[in-house]
Amino acid sequence: MIPFLALVRKDLRLFFNDRKAVVVGLVVPILLASFFGYLFGGQGGNAETSKVPVLVIDQDGSDTSRSLIAQLTDDKNLEVKPSTLDAARVDVRKGKATAAIVIPKDFGKDAGHALFTGAAKPELGVLYDPSHNVELGMVKGILTGAVMQAVSKEMFTGRSGREIVDESITRVENDARLPADDRKALRDLLGSVKAWNQEQGRESASGQTELSGGLTVPFQTREEAITSGQDVKYNGYAHSFGGMAVQFILFMGLDVGIALLMLRQSGLWQRLRAAPLSRTMLLGSRTVSASLVAGFILLVLFSFARVVFGVRILGSFAGFVGVCAAFSLMTAAFGLMVAALGETVEATRGYSIMATLVMVMLGGAWVPTFVFPAWLKRLTVVVPTRWAMDGLDGMTWRGLGFSSAIAPIAVLMFFTLLFGVIAVMRFRWGTD
Amino acid sequence: MLEVNGLTKSYGKLMAVSGVSFRADYGETIGLLGPNGAGKTTTVSIIAGLVSADSGEVLIEGKQVKSDTDPVKLKIGLVPQDMALYDQLTARDNLIFFAALYSLAGAKAKQAIDDALTLVGLLDRAGDKVGTFSGGMKRRLNLAAALLHDPQMLLLDEPTVGVDPQSRNAIFENLETLKKRGKTLIYTTHYMEEAERLCDRIVIIDHGKVIANDTLQGLHKLLPVTNVMAIELDQADGFKVEQMLVLPEVKSAALEQGTLRVGVHDLSRGAPGVLRWLAENGHSYHHVSSEQPNLETVFLTLTGRSLRDSK
Repeated sequence: MIPFLALVRKDLRLFFNDRKAVVVGLVVPILLASFFGYLFGGQGGNAETSKVPVLVIDQDGSDTSRSLIAQLTDDKNLEVKPSTLDAARVDVRKGKATAAIVIPKDFGKDAGHALFTGAAKPELGVLYDPSHNVELGMVKGILTGAVMQAVSKEMFTGRSGREIVDESITRVENDARLPADDRKALRDLLGSVKAWNQEQGRESASGQTELSGGLTVPFQTREEAITSGQDVKYNGYAHSFGGMAVQFILFMGLDVGIALLMLRQSGLWQRLRAAPLSRTMLLGSRTVSASLVAGFILLVLFSFARVVFGVRILGSFAGFVGVCAAFSLMTAAFGLMVAALGETVEATRGYSIMATLVMVMLGGAWVPTFVFPAWLKRLTVVVPTRWAMDGLDGMTWRGLGFSSAIAPIAVLMFFTLLFGVIAVMRFRWGTD
Repeated sequence: MLEVNGLTKSYGKLMAVSGVSFRADYGETIGLLGPNGAGKTTTVSIIAGLVSADSGEVLIEGKQVKSDTDPVKLKIGLVPQDMALYDQLTARDNLIFFAALYSLAGAKAKQAIDDALTLVGLLDRAGDKVGTFSGGMKRRLNLAAALLHDPQMLLLDEPTVGVDPQSRNAIFENLETLKKRGKTLIYTTHYMEEAERLCDRIVIIDHGKVIANDTLQGLHKLLPVTNVMAIELDQADGFKVEQMLVLPEVKSAALEQGTLRVGVHDLSRGAPGVLRWLAENGHSYHHVSSEQPNLETVFLTLTGRSLRDSK
């Protein structure tokens, strides 16, 4: 037991002796996690997001187009600025604006005709930055609602609306192709609209009532974030701190492997091998010390997240500890495997950094896996970091019970065993 | 104490050690002498249990090292050629760690550490980080780390590589103290002076094979000559040493860096003949001296090559 404890203690002392490395190894993930946490919702999941810059080119100059621009400007998600067609093209190309909406001449009049008589629909031009497809979808949705509201408002209550209704009635009366029944129905409809419009105009003039707001979307949404419980808000820092902990602990595991690889080429390894120590003890002590360091990093990162950002373990504490312990062991085994498979330090460092980054990326440590395409999401089940992230998310902000930690722990332990067996089988014990 | 019988080890096509055999008694110092790459370190590594031999056996007090945890390993203290210390830790902390590897702790460990530090003269620097030590101090601490569990046999793999003459002398004094205490020392080196000063017996290894195994006196008896003439030629280019061997008094001849070394049995009778031959054959010289044969000469005689420059 004395040699085993000495080996573990020595590894820990060497780790903590390098204070600059320890501080940097903790500060960097905290900074990154804080940044990513803010981006992904922050505390309470309502971090202010930047508005989508949109330019509007009003070639119509009608009441309808002015109303449409006012609707868009009022939307909290958009930052609307007037522009010209040429300037808008330049700004979108340079990425200064996500989209530019071109309201063509006679848009208000043509849209009114299209609304009542099925005449040709006018085109709204949308110039957009192809690198912002997600925002484009949002802009088009907002634009649809705003056009409906602006056009219908003008048609039912506005001056141009009265003119268009009169024109439409005349057109219906003179359309010889229209069946008599349809003509009568349309005449009645337009007549009712005209009467409503005149009534609205009189009431408006006498100040008795407000103008109709036009046709609006006939529903509104009530959003409820499903977290660990009612009134418990999503905390984006929980995921980001988990993600950065996973990433930096994996890199720590990588360092353990590289250090072991270098140790094998040194006199220290000869001295260790000359002592009456079993191979299990030599590799086992490394596993324990690396796991303890990993546990320390997790402890510091989540403690910081708890104190500064209010991240709490809303699920099973035992499950959280279990996931952390399993991930720490898996990392240590990963480090040993790196040392076992590595030939030269330089080459090993290169390919193992690549492997680590791929694991971190596919595990959802940088961005949540829900943004991945379906095939990639299915693929990530073979990546141990994915299970670590699922386990940490489940035990922190999702507030799941211990039963939800069992699968991540089991999978992580499976990978620990797999990496450990590969490490033991492939480890070259002789001196080089 | 130690018996090495027919050790063989190859790495791919390279035969690192081929049939190496020797033995060491209690209190005896054995020098494994040979050029770099001769197979000395591989031999020591096999004895220490770091590398398994393809064939042959190593017996320590009649027992083979059968496993990593075999108690026989307690009889061995290894001083690796590469520095085996943690620069980030103090000298004492290093030794506490290495003592613990042999299950030494508490007062017993402290005593062993103080003794070892005293022997190598580093007790006053025990609290300093090893990273602040000079190369010579590190070498001495490297030696101390192998003494903590009081092994009967020390395997010293080129323990003076890269140290200044003063530190080398200090290490020799440490080793002579250990020798007086009855320790068995197996000492690899390619410095003949070290082997001559320290070793009771010298095993000369070249290309993985033992080419001589005897006391210093015994090795000298292998020499065909008792005197060597060192003649510094004015012009060595084109000189053919084999032409000298036709002279009846010349037993060996070698040319190195402009110096012709000629072995003769009787200096008073051989020297005039050699110098006359040089003059008759148009080879002028500017300095002549006589040397006693040493291990360098022995190696030269046995292999036809210089010890230091052999590959």
